[in-house]
Amino acid sequence: MDVLTLSRIQFGATVAFHYIYPPLSIGLGLMLVLMEGAWLKTGNTLYHQMARFWTKVFALTFAIGVATGIVMEFEFGTNWASYSRFVGDVFGSALAAEGIFAFFLESGFLAVLLFGWDKVGRKTHFFSTCMVALGAHFSAVWIIVANSWMQTPAGYHIVGEGLKARAEITDFWQLVFNPSSMDRLFHTVTAAWCTGAFLVVSVSAWYLLKGKHLEFARKSLKVGLTVALVSTLLQAVTGHKSAQGVGKNQPAKLAAFEGLYQTTSNAPLVLAGWVDEKNEKVVGIAAPGMLSFLTHNDFHTPVIGLNEFKPEDRPPVTASFLFFHGMVGIGFTLIAIAALGFLYFKKGTLHERRWLLWILVFSVLGPQLANQLGWFAAEVGRQPWIVYGVMRTPEGLSAVVKANVVLSSLILFTLIYSLLFAVFIYLLNDKIQHGPDDADLIPSGKLALPTKN
Amino acid sequence: MHLDLNTIWFILVGVLLTGYAVLDGFDLGIGALHLFTNKDEERRVMLNSIGPVWDGNEVWLVTGGGALFAAFPNVYATAFSGFYLALMLLLASLIFRAVAIEFRSKQPMRWWRQMWDVSFSIGSILSSLLIGVALGNIAWGVPVDANGEFAGTFLGLLSPYPLLVGITTVALFMMHGAIYGVMKTEGELHDKLRGWAMGCIIFFVICAVTLTMSTLLYVPHMAARIRENPWLFSIALANMLAIANIPREFHHGNDGRAFLSSCATIVTLMALFALNIFPNMIYSLPNPENSLNIYNAASSPKTLGIMLVIACIGVPVVIAYTVCIYWIFRGKVKLDRMSY
Repeated sequence: MDVLTLSRIQFGATVAFHYIYPPLSIGLGLMLVLMEGAWLKTGNTLYHQMARFWTKVFALTFAIGVATGIVMEFEFGTNWASYSRFVGDVFGSALAAEGIFAFFLESGFLAVLLFGWDKVGRKTHFFSTCMVALGAHFSAVWIIVANSWMQTPAGYHIVGEGLKARAEITDFWQLVFNPSSMDRLFHTVTAAWCTGAFLVVSVSAWYLLKGKHLEFARKSLKVGLTVALVSTLLQAVTGHKSAQGVGKNQPAKLAAFEGLYQTTSNAPLVLAGWVDEKNEKVVGIAAPGMLSFLTHNDFHTPVIGLNEFKPEDRPPVTASFLFFHGMVGIGFTLIAIAALGFLYFKKGTLHERRWLLWILVFSVLGPQLANQLGWFAAEVGRQPWIVYGVMRTPEGLSAVVKANVVLSSLILFTLIYSLLFAVFIYLLNDKIQHGPDDADLIPSGKLALPTKN
Repeated sequence: MHLDLNTIWFILVGVLLTGYAVLDGFDLGIGALHLFTNKDEERRVMLNSIGPVWDGNEVWLVTGGGALFAAFPNVYATAFSGFYLALMLLLASLIFRAVAIEFRSKQPMRWWRQMWDVSFSIGSILSSLLIGVALGNIAWGVPVDANGEFAGTFLGLLSPYPLLVGITTVALFMMHGAIYGVMKTEGELHDKLRGWAMGCIIFFVICAVTLTMSTLLYVPHMAARIRENPWLFSIALANMLAIANIPREFHHGNDGRAFLSSCATIVTLMALFALNIFPNMIYSLPNPENSLNIYNAASSPKTLGIMLVIACIGVPVVIAYTVCIYWIFRGKVKLDRMSY
């Protein structure tokens, strides 16, 4: 394989593995704030026990998230040096802001969240939990801003020519609020909430099935299902907004998502099917006019097809189509699961419906899969560009790095990440089987003191 | 020296990397010393002495790297693509060391703990060594072509001088870690660590003296800089005094001050390094005209200005809460059920 393919595989694989963890940090971060907040408000020590238990899971995901995240930062320079030279002036400031505003906040207060239970008072601890969650959210802001700039570049101009050409900032706020950044940020963050919520739901449903830690499980389900329902619904809204943005700013990408070859008025929305690339059409069930309506809020407005773009400017159609439809399909399934779970929980009969509990146990995989598919759709759909319409992916490669070297690092990462994943699942399972600690029902240290007013 | 935006960012990147060396330096050092004891409890105490702070410390490297990318994209691109394999090894070591801290005490099996103990220790030593080798290459000079691309090989990066800098870095961090450990522990382990600290100081002084002689003898551009600016000797002198102060503070029982002296040792070394290479960031050998400096490798003044605003807002806040967090976790380590 050539250095381009290998570098793309390596970046794709390392970022996909890394992305198992940040949504958990963001989502569980929010859950921890809600749980600890509920404890402070109600004084019910079950919430304290919940916060303690999920903090341990949070710590596990956080450590792997940090360790695999540094890889991403390094890879821009090691594998994509020409890209880094070209975008450093624009992209670098977002990355530096991420370090200063997000990572320090997150990792600094994490110390108090994890190890400060007996050392600080309730309010200080809760404040630290909030800061960790806030830091996790901030880290999403800056990386999404940077990635969105690659999708819809704004607030820059090109200086110099040929090898020396590079993008330079003209307006920082246009860079931050580029046409796709806010839509994609909301979509990504709500997806992360969903990821955290379904983990809590899944583990709690498992305890109900096994008849263990029942009170703990019920209280956790209450928080988990509520957040799951709200965030899956928000997913649909933000996803719709985001897709409209893609239609406006990256029409070739939307056409690939939908396998739309010809510009069509009354464009149909494919609900399920596959792309016949040879005959340039989609085989499957479609809702007529819906794509036009969803994109332009009007059934008749034409949607731009791939035929408007030269073949070398089109993204891979089948892959984009499948990733996108996979994500949307999972998204709607999760809404149904969350709604059913919430309904029966409210009715108080959830524990009797074992089939639904089993679905809830496996629902944890849904957001994770949808996250991966969504990012694959976003990044594959951006091809053949590394910066949409400005720089092609092969132009971003490092000039001095050879294929065999990339192959060796790819093998190295594959081995390390397989080991990490196995250990992560082993330890996560161990924690879940062990369950919440009964000692956590009684707060100790300074936490035991009543809040001073 | 004219204080323009480029110079300010050279200083800021230097401050971030020095912050990294001072902070992560001690936890890398604790890692290097981890296998010196084979008692599980002592290993746990050492691990927990850095437990709450190690990942915050590592963020200094992440932010330093981010700032380098943003302020000097050409340096970042040339160095990172040029040092490809070395950096991949560094990443692997940092990953192993980070997850080992988290994983180690999660299971009681001997083999499990031994496996992660070894990962933690080797990961820490290798990280320190590779960081030192990278700095050593920057000091010695690396081949750069007319396009500003690295023109050397991986094995070329492992020449004796950079390796010497690497070993010195390991010694420095071990000394720093041991002194940190002395400050954070009590009882038998405390006495052991004090013994190791003295050994590490001797190890470091031997390395530092060898390194200084080698620099003056074999790195002409660095030697010339010192000849032209004899005041640089005052920093070297401050460095030696800081090291000499460590046993003195130990003798008086001021472990905290001994640690501050060790911090000062690192700060003066980094300052000496930075002043010796300024304004170059990657010195090109054998064609010095291809060197990447703070002007030909920098981002636009506009970006440097925006980032200065970001840094002025962010960094004081970061320093304020970092100090608070270190304050919360002051004092000797006690194992409890939240511990690693």
